[in-house]
Amino acid sequence: MPASEKNATPMLSIKGLTASAGDLEILKGIDLDVFAGEVHAIMGPNGSGKSTLANVLAGRPDYTVTGGEVLFQGVSLLELEPEIRARMGLFLAFQYPLELPGVRAWQFLKAGVDARRIHNGEEEMSAREFDQMLKAKIVEVQIDPDLIKRAVNEGFSGGEKKRNEVLQMAVLQPKLALLDETDSGLDIDALRIVSEGVNNLRSPENAIILVTHYQRILDYITPNHVHVLFDGRIVRSGGPELAQELEEKGYDWIKDTVDAGV
Amino acid sequence: MTTSRVISRNATSSELDADYKWGFTIDIESDLAPKGLNEDIVRLISAKKEEPEWLLEWRLNAFRHWLKLKFQAPKWANVEYPPIDYQDIYYYAAPKSDAPKSLDEVNPEILEAFEKLGIPLQERERLAGVAVDAVLDSVSVATTYKATLEKQGVIFCPISEAVRTHPELVQKYLGSVVPYSDNFYATLNSAVFSDGSFVYIPKGVRCPIELMTYFRINQADSGQFERTLIIAEEGSYVSYLEGCTAPARKTHQLHAAVVELVALDNSEIKYSTLQNWFPGDKDGKGGVYNFVTKRGIAHKNAKISWTQVETGSAITWKYPSVILDGDNSVGEFYSVALVNNHQQADTGTKMIHKGKNTRSTIVAKGISAGQGNATYRGLVKVLPSANGAKNFTQCDSLLVGDKCGAHTVPYIEVKNPTAQMEHEASTSKVSDDQLFYCQQRGMSVEDAHFMIINGFCRGIFQELPFEFAMEASQLLKVSLEGAVG
Ligand SMILES: Nc1ncnc2c1ncn2[C@@H]1O[C@H](COP(=O)(O)OP(=O)(O)OP(=O)(O)O)[C@@H](O)[C@H]1O
Ligand SMILES: [Mg+2]
Repeated sequence: MPASEKNATPMLSIKGLTASAGDLEILKGIDLDVFAGEVHAIMGPNGSGKSTLANVLAGRPDYTVTGGEVLFQGVSLLELEPEIRARMGLFLAFQYPLELPGVRAWQFLKAGVDARRIHNGEEEMSAREFDQMLKAKIVEVQIDPDLIKRAVNEGFSGGEKKRNEVLQMAVLQPKLALLDETDSGLDIDALRIVSEGVNNLRSPENAIILVTHYQRILDYITPNHVHVLFDGRIVRSGGPELAQELEEKGYDWIKDTVDAGV
Repeated sequence: MTTSRVISRNATSSELDADYKWGFTIDIESDLAPKGLNEDIVRLISAKKEEPEWLLEWRLNAFRHWLKLKFQAPKWANVEYPPIDYQDIYYYAAPKSDAPKSLDEVNPEILEAFEKLGIPLQERERLAGVAVDAVLDSVSVATTYKATLEKQGVIFCPISEAVRTHPELVQKYLGSVVPYSDNFYATLNSAVFSDGSFVYIPKGVRCPIELMTYFRINQADSGQFERTLIIAEEGSYVSYLEGCTAPARKTHQLHAAVVELVALDNSEIKYSTLQNWFPGDKDGKGGVYNFVTKRGIAHKNAKISWTQVETGSAITWKYPSVILDGDNSVGEFYSVALVNNHQQADTGTKMIHKGKNTRSTIVAKGISAGQGNATYRGLVKVLPSANGAKNFTQCDSLLVGDKCGAHTVPYIEVKNPTAQMEHEASTSKVSDDQLFYCQQRGMSVEDAHFMIINGFCRGIFQELPFEFAMEASQLLKVSLEGAVG
């Protein structure tokens, strides 16, 4: 069972977070606590700000934080460079992973692993050790080894890119993983495999925030909490049953309750 | 004649960019001929080298031809620089001691300098399997691995030595690919060339090791005019690599080399270059002017490939070319040119198809950073005799920042209707999203840039011998420092 509010401080604590892109105000005051060992699902209609939230936490330069505070493992997150956040164990699986022509996956991943180890005062990983670890992870997330011989995401299909994100997550073993619609565009087998990958990461020390539109991934990964983001605010939070309810009733139901000021 | 002083004395490396890792000078007394160029200097150079009469004549013919050109360097290239005062340059600078006969006789200071450059002269050194001929200023300092090569009949020595030991080969091939009248800089080189490498691979021999020449300009105000001649007899193979650095100096240094490759029937020459001449400091002060003529002739079924990674020089003017003379011959050109700060590069290749079913491949990658300006200039010419000729050209430019420029100027002349030509070109930028993606995995902005740029060059690095691919990638990293992040 996850740590409860009584006996622990949250791994991630978001208070009154507001953010904009250019003149557009997108996040209008987010409050959220995530404890080690928990899985949170964030749902909500297109354009409600789910990706913006994930990207702001990761430090994407496109967004300006206009207010609020975020603590990650007790450290104020928002002043840190994106790479420092990553080295502290924050991982974002991108909704639209980028292609890096010619960049070898092997080098890319090793650079990430080493950066984190050096940050933690450890030595770089030897090429052999990394090689073995990578091979094991490839088996674990059941990704085609030939994909890894190619350049990072170059010419990958949509689903292949998503699976590659999951491989990267498995290799980097983050403390906090933000998965932005990693389940979208996956076939049924891939969905199951990706879910296993996420469940493998699940441990009392780690936390996961899962942005999704679909109940089906939650059949594999049972969240501790489900939140509904609507127009830049979390308008409803609950247990797994909330996702079920959304699946049945759609977002209009939420919209109506929000409009009614409930 | 009014000219500004382009190449002049003094200025030590300490006044300049500490960033240029190779920017130290070696303190060895130089044996300098007086500055300036006239017939006497040409005669002096020839005499110093105890050259035969025919070679002196050849040099003098070149010099007289050069005078007729009236100091008019070609103007069509997309580079800008103040006129060079050719009378203000040392045309001969040799380390004082007489030429060494073995490694033990080489001045320890020179050896140490080469060690600093990462070039192993000791035979048991790190890069085992590479024979190195080191050319400091104008004189070959030492050639390793002589014995191994001699067993196979391979000749790899300073060209000045070859003039003495194998005069018939030198006389037959010198100027056969790049005649002394070829162009302004080649003419100048023919008159005053001081040293360079000579390679001869006998019939049917596959040269067992990579051959390497390391060039370094040390003397301030000196020009460097090497001449390299490689002859691959029928059915032979050789892979040759040249590396270049120069100390950081406040003033410009002139480098005008000529390289001639002769690939006889069924032979293959692979020629790789890592060029890291001092590019000048951040404000565009100093740096090497690199005006180089490189050309090979490929006979029947022969193959010549040029691979180059160029990160240095203030100005680069260079078009390694292949004359596809014999039927079924193949020419390749793989290039990465990086320009940063105020560097200018006008570089590319020429593929001249004469024989039937000749094929050429050109892959040119240009990276522009800072205020650098890179131009790719390539000519593919198919003569009427070249039935079934094929060319594939790909030019990719990558821009880092928004003050730099990249230009592509392809010239295509096809005089045979059966020729097939394919041309692809692209220009891309390192995107903020790509950088963020790398950062999100833990890389610094600088490392992210480096990783993306390395990826862009991957296809070219693969053409280099393994150790040099690593070195090339390291070179890019050093050259990009300060430009990104
Ligand atoms: N960089 C940006 N510049 C301008 N507008 C942006 C930017 N990023 C997001 N937006 C806008 O902010 C709103 C929220 O976008 P966001 O991507 O966070 O939505 P989302 O909830 O992830 O939607 P989806 O379910 O479609 O992925 C949208 O209206 C979007 O157009
Ligand atoms: Mg989204």
